[in-house]
Amino acid sequence: MEIPYTVKPRPDTGLYNAKVGIWLFLASEVMLFGAFFSAYILLRVGAPEGFWPDVATGWPHGLLNIPIGTFNTAVLIASSVTVVMAWAALKENNFPKFQKFMVFTVACALGFLTIKTFEYNEKFTHYVIRMKDGSAVTGHLNIDGHSPRFWSLKDVEEKKLEALKVEVDIPNKFRFPVGMKIPEAVHEAHKSGKHHEEKEFKVADIASLKAFVPATATFFAIYFTMTFLHGLHVLAGALVLAYFAFLGRKFWQQHPEQFTNRIEVAGLFWHFVDLVWIFLFPVVYLL
Amino acid sequence: MSESTHSAAADGHGHEHDLASHKKIYWAVGIALLVGTAVTVLAREWEFHSVALTITVALFIASIKAFLVAGYFMHLISEKKTVFLTLLTTAVFFVGMVGLILWSDGDLPRDSTKKTHYVP
Repeated sequence: MEIPYTVKPRPDTGLYNAKVGIWLFLASEVMLFGAFFSAYILLRVGAPEGFWPDVATGWPHGLLNIPIGTFNTAVLIASSVTVVMAWAALKENNFPKFQKFMVFTVACALGFLTIKTFEYNEKFTHYVIRMKDGSAVTGHLNIDGHSPRFWSLKDVEEKKLEALKVEVDIPNKFRFPVGMKIPEAVHEAHKSGKHHEEKEFKVADIASLKAFVPATATFFAIYFTMTFLHGLHVLAGALVLAYFAFLGRKFWQQHPEQFTNRIEVAGLFWHFVDLVWIFLFPVVYLL
Repeated sequence: MSESTHSAAADGHGHEHDLASHKKIYWAVGIALLVGTAVTVLAREWEFHSVALTITVALFIASIKAFLVAGYFMHLISEKKTVFLTLLTTAVFFVGMVGLILWSDGDLPRDSTKKTHYVP
């Protein structure tokens, strides 16, 4: 049985069926991401002063790496251009050119995900350390030359460590609740213009040790949720585009117009992924 | 079989001219998006002395970028009525959902006087 309206438009909608399908799917995606953006606004507006990063001034800078985020935005924009150029190449009946653009698009997608993985790893090895005297610092642990992920005070106790070496951030990368203070030594180091300084803290003086993970702060909870969901979309899109790029030749040779339409539909999904990032980047990195 | 014998586009000279001009637009939009990104990042350094204005500027630039992607890359500026009806319905539900979620702000459990704090 032949599937109807894969190439010619359906008289009542004026579109081929796959196009109607992808737009309905994208509509549901708008609702999905819309719910998370709403949650973000609600959490941010409701955050008590001092809890949201740098909420005192309204600018949560310092927690995420803006140059890396900007670079990743450029990577996604480049991929959006090449995916539409790949579709245009098919309109010109040039499959090799289509393949080149599509391979570049997939490479951009993988590059985006690789950079995001490094960003995540940096957060998993970054800690907020609260002392029993009420002071607190942020930084990376130095355990025999390496920086462990997801440690808590329990892990430190299990290793029977008496002191923790920490590459302390200067200034602190985390706004603490009002009333908590930064150790005097960190203040002194800040005055001397340093960005990091290795310090040793007695384990007995530490009240809590938490990595920059969702459980540590509302900001991280919504940041990881939204960026991970977006990352899953990038991965899914990359798999589909790679399939068309590497295994699409035969189908193109048999049904060139249907194949071109499939690329248009896949491209619409890819542009939507770019569209979400266009809002996600300023919201979580800059504002 | 040669790939060039296929006729996916299957139109004449005018179509090729259209496609060539569209390709130029795609590259131009790509460059505009990169410039928009740079402006968004630089705008962070400008001191507006108002959080509301800062957020408005960032989201305004993001909206222009979104218009470029949706309008040109997704061809919305020349799309059929069915797509616009789908998007209009989505917009109604989207506004309703965001409105209802934000409306719930401050809707605290009975007898609670303040929001709870979490100390890391």
